Order: sequence, then C-alpha cells, then structure tokens
Amino acid sequence: MSAIIESPRQPQQRASKGRVNWEKYGWLYMRASGVLLIILIFGHLFVNLVQGEGIKAIDFAFVAGKYATPFWQIWDVVMLWLAMIHGSNGMRTIVNDYASNPLVRRILLGALFVAAVVLIVLGTLVVFTFDPCSTLIPADQALSFCPAP
Amino acid sequence: MWSWVLHRITGVAIYFFLLVHVLDTAMIRVSPDAYDAVMSTYKNPIMGLGETALVIAIMFHAFNGLRIILIDFWSKGAKYQRLMFWVVIGLWIVGTAGFAPIHLYNVFTEPH
Ligand code: HEM
Ligand code: HEM
Repeated sequence: MSAIIESPRQPQQRASKGRVNWEKYGWLYMRASGVLLIILIFGHLFVNLVQGEGIKAIDFAFVAGKYATPFWQIWDVVMLWLAMIHGSNGMRTIVNDYASNPLVRRILLGALFVAAVVLIVLGTLVVFTFDPCSTLIPADQALSFCPAP
Repeated sequence: MWSWVLHRITGVAIYFFLLVHVLDTAMIRVSPDAYDAVMSTYKNPIMGLGETALVIAIMFHAFNGLRIILIDFWSKGAKYQRLMFWVVIGLWIVGTAGFAPIHLYNVFTEPH
C-alpha cells in the first residue's frame, strides 16, 4: 500500500458550509458527559455500595424505597442516558480503530446502535413505570406498606 | 501511552457491565423474587471480587478522564499532563484503599 502524503502547504480541507460537524460534537459530548458522570456514578456507588451494609442491603425493598422519590428516578435516568451514549460512542471509536473490514465494521456499529436504543428505552421505562405495589406482584411477595389487595 | 491503553480497556469493561446492569435492574419490573434472585448473585464472594475490580476500573477511567479533559481545555493542561498522570495514580490508590476494604468486608461477612 502506498501512502499519499499531501504537501504541507495544502490548505486544510474546510468542512463545507451548513454541514454539522458531528465528530466535534461527539468529542465535546464525551467530555461534558464525563464530568457529569463522575458525580452521578460516584454518588450511585457511594449510596449503593459504601453506605450502611453496602451490597448486602440491596434488594427489591431497597430499590422501591429509592424509586419512591423523583430524586433517584431522575438521577438514574440521567445517568442511564449519559452513560449509555458515552459508552456507545466510545465503543464506536474503538470499532472504527480496529475493524478494518467494512462489513464487520458496519455490523458492529449497527449492534452498538441497537443495543444503546433498546437499553435506553428499557431502562427509562423500568424507572418510570415501576410500581412497588403493583397488583401484578404475587401477594406473598408484596411489601408490608402496600395496601392489601 | 499506558494511560491510553488502560483508559480504553476500562471503558470497554464498564460498557459491558452497564449492558448487563440495565437488564438486571429491569428485573424489578418482573417481580420482587426475580430481582432478589439476581441481586443474590451479586452478593456471592466471586462476584464481590468482580465488583471490587469494576469499581477500581471506574476510578481509573474517571480520574484519567478528568486528566484528558484538563489537557484539552486547561491552558496549562499539556504542560502538566505528566504530573497529572501521577496525581491520577495517587487518587486511584487512595480511592481503592478507601473502597476495597469496605466492600470486601460487606461481601465476606454475614449481614447482621
Ligand atoms: C457493583 C456496582 C453496582 C451496584 C451494586 C449497583 C446497583 C444498582 C441498583 C441497586 C440499582 C437500582 C436503583 C438504584 O439503586 O438506584 C441500579 C440502577 C442503575 N445503575 Fe447501578 N450499580 C452498580 C454500578 C453501576 C455503574 C458502574 C453504573 C454506570 C456505569 C451504574 C448505572 C446504573 C444505572 C444507569 C441504573 C438505572 C437503570 C435503569 O434505568 O433501569 N451502576 N444500580
Ligand atoms: C466516570 C466518569 C467518566 C469520565 C470522566 C469519562 C471520561 C472519558 C473521556 C474524557 C474519554 C475520552 C474521549 C476521547 O478521547 O475523545 C472517554 C472515553 C471512553 N469512555 Fe469514558 N468516562 C466516564 C465514564 C464512562 C462509562 C460509565 C463508560 C461505559 C459505559 C465509559 C466508556 C468509555 C469508552 C468505551 C471510551 C472510549 C475509549 C477510547 O476511545 O479509547 N466511560 N471517557
């Protein structure tokens, strides 16, 4: 393979007018989301793993208690969106770096995209449709504060 | 160079954890027993070691990510990038020393 090295005086190719420079926004997004994710993820890990008995305390009732307040619902959904998009966009960079076969690359990028959309939709629905006292929950598993059916 | 390799490896590891993690959290919409069953797998000692490794990986990715951001946006970032690398390693060691004993204690002792 012979490489073509352009003359150093070649003017830099300008992005044509009116086109959105997506790579630049992706680059900015990685940094902006990273700063927010530090707070969101460290907070998440502190409350779930460090405070109290940590992982031993996590069960259905623990999550029901958190999702009883909009604070943790919004915390989790923002974290979900930011982390899924940050992670998927980062994986896209890695696929572009290593997948040299165009077909393999297309398949991997498609899989990343589908996984991101499916999990963001699923996770968002889970948080906002969660009802700890749902009548679908078998009576012997119901939490004590739920009204008897 | 090594910081870049580690940043990449930790990013991929966290990504795959997150895929699984959204699915296990979705079990709260299935039933309390289904959720408690997945969570009980997180409480066994081997998974406990895995969680410790995951959090250590996240700490590296997060601190080194901040370093990358400072290199890009802070006017003196590039000048201090080497120093900041050692700050990252320092924070990483301190963070690990703070987190790992607490988590391993929770994993390896009976709840009271
Ligand atoms: C071993 C460590 C972890 C444990 C034990 C854990 C535990 C939990 C628990 C119990 C929930 C349910 C709701 C809540 O408590 O807020 C949850 C939800 C969530 N966690 Fe974690 N987590 C861990 C690590 C992480 C990491 C590293 C991330 C980010 C990359 C993360 C992202 C999320 C998200 C986005 C949700 C909401 C899921 C949804 O919308 O359905 N978690 N986690
Ligand atoms: C804790 C807060 C986080 C910070 C501060 C952070 C920061 C960063 C930064 C600055 C980059 C470099 C982007 C570039 O070079 O253009 C990056 C890349 C990446 N991040 Fe994160 N990130 C965080 C959390 C996460 C999470 C939760 C995931 C997974 C779901 C993740 C996965 C990745 C991946 C896969 C890459 C691409 C690595 C590469 O291109 O070598 N990061 N991150």
